[in-house]
Amino acid sequence: MPAPIRLRELIRTIRTARTQAEEREMIQKECAAIRSSFREEDNTYRCRNVAKLLYMHMLGYPAHFGQLECLKLIASQKFTDKRIGYLGAMLLLDERQDVHLLMTNCIKNDLNHSTQYVQGLALCTLGCMGSSEMCRDLAGEVEKLLKTSNSYLRKKAALCAVHVIRKVPELMEMFLPATKNLLNEKNHGVLHTSVVLLTEMCERSPDMLAHFRKNEKLVPQLVRILKNLIMSGYSPEHDVSGISDPFLQVRILRLLRILGRNDDDSSEAMNDILAQVATNTETSKNVGNAILYETVLTIMDIKSESGLRVLAINILGRFLLNNDKNIRYVALTSLLKTVQTDHNAVQRHRSTIVDCLKDLDVSIKRRAMELSFALVNGNNVRGMMKELLYFLDSCEPEFKADCASGIFLAAEKYAPSKRWHIDTIMRVLTTAGSYVRDDAVPNLIQLITNSVEMHAYTVQRLYKAILGDYSQQPLVQVASWCIGEYGDLLVSGQCEEEEPIQVTEDEVLDILESVLISNMSASVTRGYALTAIMKLSTRFTCTVNRIKKVVSIYGSSIDVELQQRAVEYNALFKKYDHMRPALLERMPVMEKVTTNGPAEIVQTNGETETAVLETKPPPSGLQPANQANDLLDLLGGSDITPVIPTAPPSKPASGGELLDLLGDLNLTGIPSITAYNKNGLKIEFTFERSNTNPSVTVITIQASNSTELDMTDFVFQAAVPKTFQLQLLSPSSSVIPAFNSGTITQVIKVLNPQKQQLRMRIKLTYNHKGSAMQDLAEVNNFPPQSWQ
Amino acid sequence: MRELCFITVGNAEIHFILLFSRQGKLRLQKWYTTLPDKEKKKIIREIVQIILSRNQKTSSFVDWKDLKLVYKRYASLYFCCAIEDQDNELLTLEVVHRYVELLDRYFGNVCELDIIFNFEKAYFILDEFIIGGEVQETSKKTAVKAIEESDMLQETVEEYMNKPAF
Repeated sequence: MPAPIRLRELIRTIRTARTQAEEREMIQKECAAIRSSFREEDNTYRCRNVAKLLYMHMLGYPAHFGQLECLKLIASQKFTDKRIGYLGAMLLLDERQDVHLLMTNCIKNDLNHSTQYVQGLALCTLGCMGSSEMCRDLAGEVEKLLKTSNSYLRKKAALCAVHVIRKVPELMEMFLPATKNLLNEKNHGVLHTSVVLLTEMCERSPDMLAHFRKNEKLVPQLVRILKNLIMSGYSPEHDVSGISDPFLQVRILRLLRILGRNDDDSSEAMNDILAQVATNTETSKNVGNAILYETVLTIMDIKSESGLRVLAINILGRFLLNNDKNIRYVALTSLLKTVQTDHNAVQRHRSTIVDCLKDLDVSIKRRAMELSFALVNGNNVRGMMKELLYFLDSCEPEFKADCASGIFLAAEKYAPSKRWHIDTIMRVLTTAGSYVRDDAVPNLIQLITNSVEMHAYTVQRLYKAILGDYSQQPLVQVASWCIGEYGDLLVSGQCEEEEPIQVTEDEVLDILESVLISNMSASVTRGYALTAIMKLSTRFTCTVNRIKKVVSIYGSSIDVELQQRAVEYNALFKKYDHMRPALLERMPVMEKVTTNGPAEIVQTNGETETAVLETKPPPSGLQPANQANDLLDLLGGSDITPVIPTAPPSKPASGGELLDLLGDLNLTGIPSITAYNKNGLKIEFTFERSNTNPSVTVITIQASNSTELDMTDFVFQAAVPKTFQLQLLSPSSSVIPAFNSGTITQVIKVLNPQKQQLRMRIKLTYNHKGSAMQDLAEVNNFPPQSWQ
Repeated sequence: MRELCFITVGNAEIHFILLFSRQGKLRLQKWYTTLPDKEKKKIIREIVQIILSRNQKTSSFVDWKDLKLVYKRYASLYFCCAIEDQDNELLTLEVVHRYVELLDRYFGNVCELDIIFNFEKAYFILDEFIIGGEVQETSKKTAVKAIEESDMLQETVEEYMNKPAF
């Protein structure tokens, strides 16, 4: 029988497979050869065969038939065999297989082996995957090795002990004596693992913690070690960018944290060193900041004096200004945790936090938003709201619902005046009207009702808002309700807060009827509009007949809800006209209903994206399909020919695997593109690939207007080749303000399962300078990263 | 608002380490917790997908289930560590970087192919750096020396060449 092929040879051969099927065939052939070799109890090549099996296991193929062979390798006298055997055990075996217990005896023998590297293998394996039974059997051996003077073994024994304690907490006590002089070591490996062991013991057992606290030598000892690390000169062996053994420093800081928590004496003993670390650590690289971060966490968690706490928060404030987004991320996360307890200190960094709202990283933006809401108070509410409203305008769709809710809440708590409150609500409704949560509408209505002196102003502003655009449902609902209630104030021009507008009863009814007819109006919205029209019958004088007509038409509406309302209103006109004024009279001021407590701002990473988008009002979803079809018909279906798919590379990118891991790290993101730029209208596309589905590309379009007049009734339509699917979500509005003072954003989801080159035809319609504009364009400059 | 709970008692450890290419091919998997094989495969698929679809504008950290993923790309390989929620993410980046440095020191200008053809060595080196999810040795010199001396103990040298002939 020829010798089994070598490991590297097998790897090379398998990599030449051009298809999954070819690879599977090679693997099956080799597995069969390996199986017969195992059956022949071949000692010479067992190691080679198991190594090959481990490679195939990594590719995803079953390798359980090699488990016993691993045990045989471990029992062999050859070091080569043991090395692969233990590796195999760690990869293929775990505590759920009974057969793993057969290892126990071998490990016990190897723990007492004359060669330290064999002992090391045994300690490592036990420390990584030892089951509770194995740990019970072998704890004594580990404890022995914890006391050896061989630092190579001592450090491994310490971590092995940590694992034993995690698996069998009752065994913790037996390691206590050995910990007595662990920290007297000079060897950093032993020091590090000893600190980890002490940390584990203190975290798990309050008794242990008390014991170590009482040990008056421990905290000073840790402080001394830490001090030496900071003050000592350059030590090449442990240096990382000018800092001596950052790993050890951080672990010591963490242990200090546990010892100092809720303990005045311990906390006092470490105050100085914490201040020293906080002020002396280099901050130019990540490693220094890692230590500072841990220091801040420790300061905030122990009983530190207030000066130290302020120092810690200031470090976090400086982190916020760091170019490195990881550091900004970490700072915001920490500040979020401390904002309740150290509110004033965090307030000092408010402006930096607000700047982070403009960050490009989505997680950073989210944390900045949450922090911002936590920092709003009576003094800063005007300024903060301004920033948050601007954020609401320009942020990604996934934030808009939470941001809108947050603004409403903050406004309700801290509004400096009723007028400001109404204005703020208006702003939110007009900028993010479609993202406002459904429960916000009744709350807003109640608020408006109770602001009696603002009724005229409110209804006027709402009327003006929906005149331009009645697609944002929550806005339209609130507006309809108000117009229904206060329409009389509207037409009589009673507004004091601003210039009253001239509007006739007919004009008011025009807008309400448009809402009723519009495809964009949800059923609920139509209900609001119809009821509003009805109410106006007791507030308007000249148009009662018109109202009667409208109401009677809807008596035969297909929508059951509308039909019922219309029929009832009709009855009011016909048979119960004497009751009509009383029934439809002005709503009284409502009792202040307690809101549901602070709205939970859902904090997830990226998950809210799909959730929020799924609550979009259905009618907007209907539109894109129709529009896309229109677009295709216009351009002729055959015009859009499928693009020749680029052949997906079967081999990895050339040279990719040969690239130095530590070579140049030039990383570029998916660049945005300008999809259209004509006549002052510019449309930019920014891209994101879906977290959950690699075939989905999420395009956010931003339309801006550099001319001196607004573009209104803006509608964006898109068509893609047949192999794609398109989903257009609701735009943020239909007005692009002039002078680039605002944008319309709209999200497009493109499903591209065949990963073909993305192409798109777009159609733009809008009103500008009094005339209707229309344009068609093709977008061909999609970056490859957006569809590959 | 996030619950105010600054530090919770828990296992401060690395739960698992994954190395994979830009095409999502797994190059190394080290698990420090016990899970069924099927579960591991599912997790790997999920995480590879999440990380490969992150764009460059985001940070190196991803909240995933009750853990945090810390990842960094070195040339064609992604290194991903799953740590507990209260662990120091910035330090974990240093841990990852240290592992790459150890590989580099051992292989000399390490590239992905080295790790493909010498995967068992990559594991040996990792096991000299981390045990049970915790760092065991903070000196580069000491860790690499241990591997090299272990190599000398091997009986069949031609089986394990340092540099593959490809």
